[in-house]
Amino acid sequence: MTENGKAAFFDVDGTLVRTNIVHSFAFYAMNQGTIFGTAWQTARTVASIPFLWAADQANRKAFNEFFYGFYRGQSEDRLLTLADELFETVLRPAVFPGAVRLLEEARRAGCRVVLCTGALDFTVRRLADHLGADDLIANRMHFVDGVATGRVVPPIIEGAHKALAIREYCVRNGLALEQSFAYSDSFSDYPMLAVVGHPAAVNPDLRLKGVARAYQWPVLSTQEA
Amino acid sequence: MHPPSKLRRFYEDSDQVVVTERDSPPRLMFFGENFLLEDLPVGTKVVFPNPPIAGIPNVKAAIRWAINHPEGCDPLHAQLRPGMKVTIAVDDISLPLPAMRTPDVRQQVLEVVLELLADAGVDDVHIVIAIALHRRMTSAEVRRMVGSRIFDAWWPDRLYHHDAEDPDGLVTLGTTEHGEKAILNRRAAESDLVVYVNLNLVPMDGGHKSMATGLTNYEGVKAHHQPRTIRQSWSYMDPPHSALHHSTDRVGRLIDEHLNVFHIETTVNNRMFHGPLGFLMKREEEFTESDRLKLEALRASLRVLPGAARRQLLHSIPAAYEVIAVHAGRTEPTHRRILEASYRQYLVDVGFQADVLIYGMPYISPYNVNSILNPLLVQVMACGYFFNFYRGQPLVKKGGTLIVAHPCSDDFDPVQHPSYLEFFHRLLPETRDALVLEEKYEREFAENPTYVHLYRTGNAYHGAHPFFMWYWGENGRQHLGRVIAVGADNEHVPRLLGWETAGTLAEAIDMARSVHGRGAEIAMLHFPPIVMTQGPG
Repeated sequence: MTENGKAAFFDVDGTLVRTNIVHSFAFYAMNQGTIFGTAWQTARTVASIPFLWAADQANRKAFNEFFYGFYRGQSEDRLLTLADELFETVLRPAVFPGAVRLLEEARRAGCRVVLCTGALDFTVRRLADHLGADDLIANRMHFVDGVATGRVVPPIIEGAHKALAIREYCVRNGLALEQSFAYSDSFSDYPMLAVVGHPAAVNPDLRLKGVARAYQWPVLSTQEA
Repeated sequence: MHPPSKLRRFYEDSDQVVVTERDSPPRLMFFGENFLLEDLPVGTKVVFPNPPIAGIPNVKAAIRWAINHPEGCDPLHAQLRPGMKVTIAVDDISLPLPAMRTPDVRQQVLEVVLELLADAGVDDVHIVIAIALHRRMTSAEVRRMVGSRIFDAWWPDRLYHHDAEDPDGLVTLGTTEHGEKAILNRRAAESDLVVYVNLNLVPMDGGHKSMATGLTNYEGVKAHHQPRTIRQSWSYMDPPHSALHHSTDRVGRLIDEHLNVFHIETTVNNRMFHGPLGFLMKREEEFTESDRLKLEALRASLRVLPGAARRQLLHSIPAAYEVIAVHAGRTEPTHRRILEASYRQYLVDVGFQADVLIYGMPYISPYNVNSILNPLLVQVMACGYFFNFYRGQPLVKKGGTLIVAHPCSDDFDPVQHPSYLEFFHRLLPETRDALVLEEKYEREFAENPTYVHLYRTGNAYHGAHPFFMWYWGENGRQHLGRVIAVGADNEHVPRLLGWETAGTLAEAIDMARSVHGRGAEIAMLHFPPIVMTQGPG
């Protein structure tokens, strides 16, 4: 099959919005329905911050797996119902002013716009719709009898698996990887950037900035309109 | 009183073409961010620039006179009425080079025009910087160009950059009989009056090119910035013989049919250096001991400074350009008057064509103000701008050799020239054929969303700009037999450009003589400052 189409794959946290997966969970933690539930989840999350930070520095995959354990026991209905409010109160105001323009430019260039994120799908679905994304590649929470198990349906979308997911997406949709674009803010997304023909660092962290300089990848900012 | 032994020299020194003799001094030439001092072979003809024409003593008075006595239309004040919508388009800082001392002539024109508009009760006024596909200027650069008073009052709501990628910001006025689309900035197109504030550094600037290029988009620029048009432009500095200008003229005339455009054109003399660096404007014969010491000190300092500091130093030295002409009115008669002044400054009559042409490449071009002259820009200066500094016939014969002095460092500015990097390292290894590059890759780069975003929100040149830079060297490449780079610090950059290399100027001349023979005629264009030759033909 000839692959003629192209896509633009966007990481979300730090690239298109200034929040990250912890903000989303913090929103759920603080909206537990009962005052004791809220207090317990909030205290538990706050107490884990140093550990989460260390895990994130060491290994993003380990961080994600550990972090999603916090969702264990949450009802699926509740998570889905609160997702709308999460979008309106947390995510929508956090969209970088330049992000909308970058997405428009990708669309104008004939790219299929795909968000590729390590966040949970129900937390970013409304955001993807709002930004006019054609598709969403995100992690999916495993539910049993309508209750979250705290485990993510494999393969977990992060690091090397993002690159794999992008490759499979292109094959499935007849898109040319070498003509496609990828945008991320984090060095942990190096594989996702390296797999496409046109990578770019967006609001990059220090390590990604170094890589971008070495490989002569363009460096963008979405933080200003 | 000159003693008899000096009389011959006195005669030669007053001529703009000097033949090198055994006791001629070594010649100064640009060498990127430094200078070379080189002995030339006996018989080499050195073409020196004309001395600077005296500037207009009162520029604002000249501006007022020009807009009150315009060419081919009513004075500006007579065209104004309260409540009308006016757009002032202004050239960006790609000219003049180096940046002129403040107040910039654009600031002076704007101050006069804005005052006039205010007096006439015209409130709906926007100032649009006509960058076309150039980079957006930084706010500090805009402030320097228009002055703090205007900047503080107008930036960024009513003083801003043209955006060639704004889908809602452009309108198509029509198509010429040659199929060129006249696409224009919407604000300008919907105005009752457009005032274009221009600065001509060289004769290729201004005229219809201002509106047709400065306020259009990629499609509009592509109509004339393409290899076939460039190949038929002999030269860009001679608009009647430039297919590029024929094309912009057609588009410009179409624009003039739809809009009321009032041009205010200005041009400057060639006083590129002054003060402590004023000796760079002298002939080497006129150097004093103090000049020689200053030159050696300058060369030594530039040699030891790190690249970034060297660039900052060189770009921070403003030129002492003086305004030599201001004219206003309809596009064509106004531009004709400006061209006359520009040619008066630059043209030097030469009655020969050389087999070998030598010049040093500077640190600056219209496309790297406050940045790096990257290899693609070295190419455009060598085979584009400098090669085209002629009227009539080129200074070098068809199939001749061009010797350029420049380090050709593999150094790019990722902020201003991100797409240049990809063009140079991804495309040129595949082909140097401008037609193939245009066909296969130009649109891909033009529509690359990353480059579009960087153009619109950063300070980057448009994704398609490196292509235009490559095409810009096209008639030089078609005309020249070979190009030899002297002093390149690497092999791969000259090779990618299709150039040969030589360690020294003497070696390069030997290489050229191996093709053209021992009796090859050698010429040197002595920059700085700018000089243009007028040959027969």
